[in-house]
Amino acid sequence: MTLMAEPLIRFREVTKEFPRPDGTGNFVAVDKLSFEIAKGEIVAVLGKTGCGKSTMFNLLSGLIEPTRGAVEVTGHDPFKEFNFFRGKIGIVFQNDRLMPWRTALDNVVLGLEILDTPREQAEAVARRWLERLGLSGHENDYPHALSGGMRQRVSIARAFAVDPDILLCDEPFSSLDEMTARDLRAEFLRLVRQNGKTAVFITHHINEAMEVGDRILVFHRPARIAYEARIDEAARGGGRQAIQDEILKVLSLDASAVRP
Amino acid sequence: MNQRVTKFLQASASIAVLLAAWQIASLFFPHYLFPPVQDVIARTVKILLNWAELSQVLETALRIFAGLAGAFLLGSLIAIPIGRYPRIESYVNPFLIFLQGIPALSWVIVAIIWFHGTEFRIFFIMVVTTLPAFTFQVLDSYRSMSKDLFEMTMAFRPSGWVLFRVLIVPTIVPGILTAWKINLGSSARVVVVAELVGATGGVGYELLRQQQLFDMAGALAWTIQLVLFVLVVQQLIVWTETWLLRYRPVSERAA
Ligand SMILES: Nc1ncnc2c1ncn2[C@@H]1O[C@H](COP(=O)(O)OP(=O)(O)O)[C@@H](O)[C@H]1O
Ligand SMILES: [Mg+2]
Repeated sequence: MTLMAEPLIRFREVTKEFPRPDGTGNFVAVDKLSFEIAKGEIVAVLGKTGCGKSTMFNLLSGLIEPTRGAVEVTGHDPFKEFNFFRGKIGIVFQNDRLMPWRTALDNVVLGLEILDTPREQAEAVARRWLERLGLSGHENDYPHALSGGMRQRVSIARAFAVDPDILLCDEPFSSLDEMTARDLRAEFLRLVRQNGKTAVFITHHINEAMEVGDRILVFHRPARIAYEARIDEAARGGGRQAIQDEILKVLSLDASAVRP
Repeated sequence: MNQRVTKFLQASASIAVLLAAWQIASLFFPHYLFPPVQDVIARTVKILLNWAELSQVLETALRIFAGLAGAFLLGSLIAIPIGRYPRIESYVNPFLIFLQGIPALSWVIVAIIWFHGTEFRIFFIMVVTTLPAFTFQVLDSYRSMSKDLFEMTMAFRPSGWVLFRVLIVPTIVPGILTAWKINLGSSARVVVVAELVGATGGVGYELLRQQQLFDMAGALAWTIQLVLFVLVVQQLIVWTETWLLRYRPVSERAA
């Protein structure tokens, strides 16, 4: 591994346990997980369903607190330092999570409103992001009137609008059809790179991970790193197949399960 | 549109049957028992056109609103902490359920013994009788808050007040409007009982007077005032609802 400057994100032996619903002790969802992510990196996190990816995501976004170990983002604790991270993290979930009572524009404005941005300025920023995501003319539509793909575009616009340092995405395209997902993935990557963001992108599709990540972290259950690969130019060419085979082996997935 | 016409005709038909039956009864019984429909209508209209009488209807309406507003505020003050800290619920719930079981008439007696001042007594009765329902309804709508939206909003790290404004209020508004619609009906029924604490005006007072005068047409006319009031205000709430909830796809509103 190359020497990194002070990493932007750092997990140090993070463990997360949940009490079992039947009261028989605890269930380990994340097990002594350690990794670092540098500024400007796009890291794909790959793992089977239920391996603890979303739990890692919730730890990273500060929605839950680690049982042991430390999560640091720019040297701060995302759970304890709640206010410090206001506007610093943008999140895209698997489902769009739009507020049904807000128009597309007002949904994008939400984060800026929470940041106390003056209304006029917030609207201008929101309009610009909707435009970049190809939603001009839909500013005043309510979510129920938009297609799944359009709604997810709105939620991406909402995440970018606050100009966060970090973008966290939890399987953002996995509930969309493959064609829509492909377009949106390409656009998302373009926006992340253009704006020099750091991104953590969770997925359970190998191909998506290979396409999105500068680096891939493969998780085993309970969440810990089973394999790590850097997707540089060489890997994108001939080495690609080798990495994919290796990942498949690690996941012990049948190769036929890989989506085209 | 067609459906609405059909519904309207159905409603009119059943009312027409009721009025006809009453009218027939008025032919066979003395008028102090079954006054003819036109007499009742005339009395109803007379009340509406006579300011001295109409102002009594408005007086009762104000008492209803004051009671509802008090119960709503108090109910929200109880419901929102329970929503945030569910542990409180097991302490507060039995109390509310107990309150719910007490008849309005018992409160009338309690109010008379405990308090002076007619208006305060009425206000007290109106609040305690609608408080449990309001609390449960606000709590229910608070609990219907989407966990997904809550997490999404929290990721932006709002202050408590902003969270309340951008997420909690829009979440509970539909439930609150429903609660108002329901409680309006029940408090219109309670208010006439509450006015027995010594009110010298209002629909309850007038009803009592009609009873003393043995005036059935008057009693009906005053009752109809209250029914009309409830219908009008409920329609206003429905319009508000339609406007506030315009973001919903139409099919959801149909039912
Ligand atoms: N709040 C919670 N309480 C109890 N168990 C949980 C909770 N969140 C997640 N889990 C459990 O942790 C495991 C990992 O879940 P998750 O992180 O959602 O996996 P993934 O996102 O990789 O599919 C699952 O077995 C899940 O049931
Ligand atoms: Mg998940």
